[in-house]
Amino acid sequence: MSHKIVSSRQLSENVFTAEVEAPLIAAARKPGQFVIISINNEYGERIPLTIADADPARGTIRLIWQRVGKTTSELSALKTGDTIASVAGPLGCPTHIEKFGTVICIGGGIGNAPLLPIAKALKQAGNKVISILGARNKELLILEDEFAKISDELIVTTDDGSYGRKALVTEPLKEVCQRNPRPDQAFVIGPAIMMKFCCEVTKQFNVPTQVSLNTIMVDGTGMCGGCRVEIDGKPKFVCVDGPEFDGHKVNFDLMMKRLNAYKDLEKRAHEQYLHNCKIGLDK
Amino acid sequence: MTEKENLDIEQLAEKHKKGELKASDRYKIPPQEMPAQDGVKRRSNVSEVATGYTETQARLEAMRCLQCKNAPCVEGCPVRIKIKEFTAAIAQGDYKQALAIIKENSLLPAVCGRVCPQEVQCQEKCTVGLKFKDVDKAVSIGRLERFAADLSGGNDSVPAVAAQTGMKVAIIGSGPGGIVAAADARRAGHDVTIFEAFHKPGGVMVYGIPEFRLPKTIVQKEIDVLTKMGVKIVCNFIVGRTMTIEQLMKEDGFDAVYIGVGAGLPSFMGIEGESLVGVYSANEYLTRANLMKAYKFGKGADTPIAVSKKVAVVGGGNVAMDSARMAVRLGAEKVYLIYRRSENEMPARIEEVHHAKEEGIEFHTLQNPKLIIGDENGKVVAVECLKYELGEPDDSGRRRPIAIEGSEFQIPVDTVIIAIGNAANPLIRQTTAGLEFNKWGNIVVDERCKTSLEGVYAGGDIVLGAATVILAMGQGRIAAAAINEYLSNKKKLNSGRMSKEF
Ligand SMILES: Cc1cc2nc3c(=O)[nH]c(=O)nc-3n(C[C@H](O)[C@H](O)[C@H](O)COP(=O)(O)OP(=O)(O)OC[C@H]3O[C@@H](n4cnc5c(N)ncnc54)[C@H](O)[C@@H]3O)c2cc1C
Ligand code: SF4
Ligand code: FES
Repeated sequence: MSHKIVSSRQLSENVFTAEVEAPLIAAARKPGQFVIISINNEYGERIPLTIADADPARGTIRLIWQRVGKTTSELSALKTGDTIASVAGPLGCPTHIEKFGTVICIGGGIGNAPLLPIAKALKQAGNKVISILGARNKELLILEDEFAKISDELIVTTDDGSYGRKALVTEPLKEVCQRNPRPDQAFVIGPAIMMKFCCEVTKQFNVPTQVSLNTIMVDGTGMCGGCRVEIDGKPKFVCVDGPEFDGHKVNFDLMMKRLNAYKDLEKRAHEQYLHNCKIGLDK
Repeated sequence: MTEKENLDIEQLAEKHKKGELKASDRYKIPPQEMPAQDGVKRRSNVSEVATGYTETQARLEAMRCLQCKNAPCVEGCPVRIKIKEFTAAIAQGDYKQALAIIKENSLLPAVCGRVCPQEVQCQEKCTVGLKFKDVDKAVSIGRLERFAADLSGGNDSVPAVAAQTGMKVAIIGSGPGGIVAAADARRAGHDVTIFEAFHKPGGVMVYGIPEFRLPKTIVQKEIDVLTKMGVKIVCNFIVGRTMTIEQLMKEDGFDAVYIGVGAGLPSFMGIEGESLVGVYSANEYLTRANLMKAYKFGKGADTPIAVSKKVAVVGGGNVAMDSARMAVRLGAEKVYLIYRRSENEMPARIEEVHHAKEEGIEFHTLQNPKLIIGDENGKVVAVECLKYELGEPDDSGRRRPIAIEGSEFQIPVDTVIIAIGNAANPLIRQTTAGLEFNKWGNIVVDERCKTSLEGVYAGGDIVLGAATVILAMGQGRIAAAAINEYLSNKKKLNSGRMSKEF
């Protein structure tokens, strides 16, 4: 059973989105969950992607990804009407949504995609939502309009000042944490390094913080342990125990090292892919 | 085989046919060695190691069987294959008949002949082995089973399917238990669907047990038979997440369910350094290598795996042997197998231990890692081990390993594979209310594999803990029989009700 791409679009230089047919997943998924996809069932790699949105009526899910390696490059090259061989999910435990009071949602880069459905659900549950979105530059900022619609307050930062405030997200985060009354809960999704520093800030102010981890995965059912991270000194599996964890307990340094485990090999595969594209071997 | 030996076999066969082959004649036939790929050559390929008996070898080996009246071997077989009947058929050269006899009890002879631990099952009880006081000299029942299955391969008949009953059966997981349960339920005429989490069916037989021990084409053939019988197979479907068991029954109208999701969650040792880069569970290492064909990384396959020079594998079971031997094939220069007891206590099959040694794997018994050491990038550089000695027997009857204080030493390695077993997968537990589990997280079933929920049955590793292919198959069969009975009662009940209403 392969999955048809109903529509696809480039969001920024390296960020793409597609609406993919997956009726069962569209019906079952909840904010915070993800899928594992593979483009080729025989030789393909299996990679996790978060579900940014779903339309149960049309039977589709929305995926957003950043072009970084071979599989994401191949995915970016697919067009409307093409198919993805495997889409399995929804995986992971859904986000725990309740009325906390005031929540801060901090998104970094591509992390805005999985954060959006969570922020939406938090708003629906009656929270006051303050969103802080960060990107390296204006070009790379995604989903600003969508966040504007559901946030009581929206702060945008870019590293180079090409849009919004020239700062890292930790700066406005600190200011919001200093407000009176203090925010009741924070949600952070983005690059590991950004989540790490955000957690250091919220910890200072005792603001409980959920992070969503995106590790290397194979099966997504708890069978391989490849997705393990250290939480409070103990190994946990992101695919069954997560993907969300108490950010103040995550060993981010170790996680970042594990994320880099295959960097050299992946680079090689990606270069090979680009080379083949140039000389016309791949499609 | 020389001319003379060929002649011998005809004479022996003639005697066998007339029933004149005496026990003393049979004892004289030497045990037939399994032909195998050269130990050095096979280090660099993933083709099957044991290449299978020739016809002459098979017939000679089959004639070693004494045709014991009480056939003690059958007691050792979890599915009670009629062993002496099928060995007699092979001795006579009637291989089709031999396979038909095996298939009465076992659905996957090509698989079981390769991976069953015969030396602790049928062959352990064999009179011939007992006579020679050496289980290695027992009749090689497994190799004969494989021979019969391989020879008739290709023209596999598709079992007959009864008329449609209109009842729907869901099989969760496509391991050996699921395959057998699906076949048996389908034979009874039910509408059967297998739901598999991975993108390919076969369970551990495709992602765990390596190609060099069990070629994937063999498993695929069994799957093809299911498809031909009309069993539907839905991959990338994670029961509990994509849909729950309750939804399958209430919304999708499945009348009965078999849960065969396997053992699942790999155990780690809980020592320092286990999350370093280069530390794998055996499940992850083997899945990357087998299912995603990481041995072809850069030559077509996209899944990376550590490029290792020195590998330490921790554990002494089949899974540890498979990981070590896979590491050799992925190009490791040195592979150490670290086990905390002595070789006598190793749970792995003797044949696998033997093959591993032939392939140059270095055994470090009576040692166990204390911690794993990494460099500044979090990459493994060494394991620090403790030496052990054996003390008094523990609950399992094996002598307890005791660490020798102050015996720490380091082995430089870049990869560590942990193969110390699995705990039960929590996914079904998390998502199925009312299903009863024991304290280890295994599903509780009665002797007919029925769970605490009506219409829901379970078997294989999720019930037994990590077990074997044949035990999973056996349970699949028991469960299917119970499901078939449950559904025929349900149907009678339904039609009774209908006739009252109209
Ligand atoms: C490396 C290795 C080597 C082994 N060697 C041997 C050997 O030599 N001899 C021997 O007899 N035994 C061996 N075993 C053990 C044997 O493979 C298992 O006992 C047997 O496969 C268990 O069968 P099962 O029916 O329980 O299902 P499994 O084979 O465990 O398969 C379960 C299937 O269910 C799927 N699944 C899990 N969760 C879900 C879900 N929620 N929804 C849908 N699908 C799901 C899994 O993806 C998997 O495909 C070995 C095991 C391993 C790991
Ligand atoms: S115990 Fe051995 S010799 Fe006796 S019937 Fe079984 S296989 Fe043959
Ligand atoms: S991805 Fe394999 S256990 Fe989580």
